[in-house]
Amino acid sequence: MPIYGTALLAACHLLGIILGDLLGRALGMTTNVGGVGIAMILLIVARYYLHRSGRLNAASEKGVIYWGAIYIPVVVAMAMQQNMLVALKGGPMALIAALASVLVCGCFVAFINRGEPLPHPDSNEVESR
Amino acid sequence: MWEIIERAAESNGLVTGFAVVGLVILLSGFLSRKLTCGRIQGSAIAILIGLALAYVGGRYTGGSKGLADLAFFSGVGLMGGNMLRDFAIVATAFEVHPEEAKRAGWVGGIALVLGTVLPFIVGVMVAWSFGYRDAVSLTTLGAGAITYIVGPVTGTAIGAESEILALSIAIGVVKAILVMVATPVAARFLRLSTPRSAMVFGGLAGTVSGVSAGLAATDRRLVPYGALVATFHTGLGCLCGPSILYFAVKAIV
Repeated sequence: MPIYGTALLAACHLLGIILGDLLGRALGMTTNVGGVGIAMILLIVARYYLHRSGRLNAASEKGVIYWGAIYIPVVVAMAMQQNMLVALKGGPMALIAALASVLVCGCFVAFINRGEPLPHPDSNEVESR
Repeated sequence: MWEIIERAAESNGLVTGFAVVGLVILLSGFLSRKLTCGRIQGSAIAILIGLALAYVGGRYTGGSKGLADLAFFSGVGLMGGNMLRDFAIVATAFEVHPEEAKRAGWVGGIALVLGTVLPFIVGVMVAWSFGYRDAVSLTTLGAGAITYIVGPVTGTAIGAESEILALSIAIGVVKAILVMVATPVAARFLRLSTPRSAMVFGGLAGTVSGVSAGLAATDRRLVPYGALVATFHTGLGCLCGPSILYFAVKAIV
């Protein structure tokens, strides 16, 4: 049933937030440290083991997949409630920061990819997938 | 008549939120296909429309919560609030397979770390040059340069103000749009031709929407490889942003 998937997601979420809070406290802060990231790792691990033991069926998975698919709309809703008036005061900054980081990263991509050995003729991975 | 509609919307806030956001996404998909021939992904346009509506809402009410300050759209506040946002982001991790992640190998991992640290440093430096001096604002704005998700997640965790959150989202959104538009143009310079190169690109360019749209416009077959690494990007950023990166900035400032 889809609720099992959603409940699994909720459990990972809560556990991640709790662990993030504990980590934050251990580091001497009152804030949550990486709770969302920890929750994601928990979900990846949970999925891996439940899948291997065959205890996660397609119907249950739907209960997670739906929420993953809804994440762009949620981000859109998040965008709708931002304090834009103040943000626009820093308009040029957003453009400069974004442009600079894209340029720096682009140069690194080009640099790393130039070090790539030529693909073997027998490893046509793209086509075989 | 209008009163009845308004009351229905107000007392069914979250449901109204779903309808409003769905409508915006429908519209942005249409604009993406008709105006940009799919070059700028619908989701990026939707986010820009969202930010524009937040501006309108802020102008209209004078409040700090954008469209959500209007009673009619209060449900948007719940839908885009921290709880549902984090819930949905965690759910995206479900699509990541550990076996495929291993295939990305150490190059993908290095690209991922570089793709988190480099934009952060650049973002913090730009924020510094624009006069921000407190560790919370600098970290949030730097995190925004990683992706538009990492920015607000980090900012919320370390207690940044709403306008800083909005600015960090703006940085991330502009970055995603730049990646989408520039990738097909710069594909030759970036040497985007193999799965491995797509993984390096996915790790460094970050934003899932930017990477998937950019690669789709370059070579459709490369999309899953880039997106696979890029899906780790948000997780890594959300993990490092409020922790290691914040401490590093705090130590320097």
